[in-house]
Formats: sequence, C-alpha cells, structure tokens
Amino acid sequence: MQFHAVIDIQLHAGIADPQGSTIERALPTLGFDGISNVRAGKSIHLDIEAADAAAAEAQLAQVCDQFLTNPVIEGAEISILETAGAN
Amino acid sequence: MAPTIGVVRFPGTNCEFDTVEAVQALGGQGEILWHGDSSLGNSDAVIIAGGFAHGDYLRPGAIARFSPIMEAVVAAAKDGMPVVGICNGFQVLTEAGLLPGALQKNAGLKFINDWQMLRVESTNSSLTSAAEVGQELNIPINHFEGNYTCSPETLAELKANDQIVLSYVGNPNGSVGDIAGVCNEGRNVVGLMPHPERASHALLGSTDGNVLMQSVLDSVGVSA
Repeated sequence: MQFHAVIDIQLHAGIADPQGSTIERALPTLGFDGISNVRAGKSIHLDIEAADAAAAEAQLAQVCDQFLTNPVIEGAEISILETAGAN
Repeated sequence: MAPTIGVVRFPGTNCEFDTVEAVQALGGQGEILWHGDSSLGNSDAVIIAGGFAHGDYLRPGAIARFSPIMEAVVAAAKDGMPVVGICNGFQVLTEAGLLPGALQKNAGLKFINDWQMLRVESTNSSLTSAAEVGQELNIPINHFEGNYTCSPETLAELKANDQIVLSYVGNPNGSVGDIAGVCNEGRNVVGLMPHPERASHALLGSTDGNVLMQSVLDSVGVSA
C-alpha cells in the first residue's frame, strides 16, 4: 500500500535557531505582538510503499535517524496523513 | 618522497585549491580528489576542505556523507590514515560518524568571518603533533554552523580522552567547552572549524596555520 507522510523536523530545545529568532524579532515591527517561542524547522512530504501504516512509520523513523535528521541536534515527528490512492 | 595529501572536492567545495597550495608550500604533494571517485589514489593523508558541499542541502555535510569518495575515506580513517576536516569538512566528518558531536548555528546568530586566536590543547593528534600545548595560533574562521555541540556524556569523554585538540581564546560562536577542534579516539581523524590554509603565508596576515599543516605531513611520516 502507498501512504503519504509528512515529517516535521525541529531543532531540539536549546539548539540555536537563528531563523526562528529572526522571525520572532521581526513580528513586533509589523504590529504583531504577543508571539513568542518561534521555531523554524523543516517539513518533508513524501509517499511510501509499505504493508501498513505502522510499517511505513517504522521505516520512516529509520530514515529520519540515519539521514533526514542529525539526532544530536534535531528530532522528527512523523505523521502518516492519508493512504494515497485508497478509496 | 614528499607525502601526498588528497584534498576532497565535492560540488560546492571552495577551499580545495587554497588547501593544496598550503600543503605544497610546505613541501607536500597536494592532489584534488573528486567526490564521485571511489579511490583515494596515492594519498598518504586526506583533507576534506571547506566550502558548501552539495550546497549544504538538508544539513551541512548530510549529503556529502553519501558521496562515493566517503566510503574510501571512512575505510582509510579506520585503518589509521590521517584524515582532517576543515570547516565544512569538519561538518562532513561529524555527519559521517567519524567524529563525535555536531555543529549547530552560531550562538550570536550571525555568520562570522574574522581572525580568531586558538589555543593548542593537545599535541597528540595528526593535526597538532608539530605544535606545543598552550601555543596560541591566529587563524581565521568563516562559518555560520560552527557552534560545536554534543551531549554532556560525550563532552566528558572528549575531556577524559584528551580529544579536544584546539580551543577558542574568547569563544566566538558558543561552542561547548570553547571547542574549535576535536579528534577521534584513534587520534588520526581531526576536525576543526578554523581555516589553517588561510593562515599559510605572511601575505595573508598569519603563518600560524602552517604548524597544523606541517603536523599532517609529519603524521604521514610516522605511519609510513
């Protein structure tokens, strides 16, 4: 079966995130107040063939650990969003 | 015969020719190694030069690690060949698992291009054998992701094993333990963020990088 997945990659808490900090500092100048803790990560969308959703997620967890993230500084959240092509 | 130092060139590497020049000024033979090749040729040691390998896509060093040349570099490193990663090369070596820790974005949130004083912490490595402990070196840094980080356990191990070879005098980027360069447990693989090849001639403003390049040449003599 083919599944669609979204992988949300974020830096661990405490790891410097200049992009998030820059966005946060820019917001008040545009008149948007009260927004804090801005963190900018990466979102990777893909389709994957697997026996079931659990198998897809297990395989993607390995892909994240070995390639898509550097576990020293990043973590990932995997969402199996939909079954591509299912009725 | 002069030792041959292979200098790895990925798409996006931009310090390879400066590195070859610095090696040759000290009497070594510098040879560019293309990332797509799977052999290190006649190399007696390997330097992974600075730049933006594969455009730094995903993370600095993340894609470079899968280039064919890296399989040969990893195998040679495990056999004890001196392997040095400069700046982006340091990032590649951490991503390849040859060195512990990771390089995160600078604490000041800015790209830094400046002269930087370094202190030699250990001379027991292929990059520092010709230097003296406590020796201060004026060598430029040129990076955004140069803020060395690792788990507290890894930091304790680095200290216990004397694997921190270079530290910053006045920490410019937030690196844990002021770390500018580390080596592996075998002491043949070393990574550093500063650019010794840019401090290789009086006309560049400093010759302090030469003692590091000389160490690499000397370490070849030791292992040969």
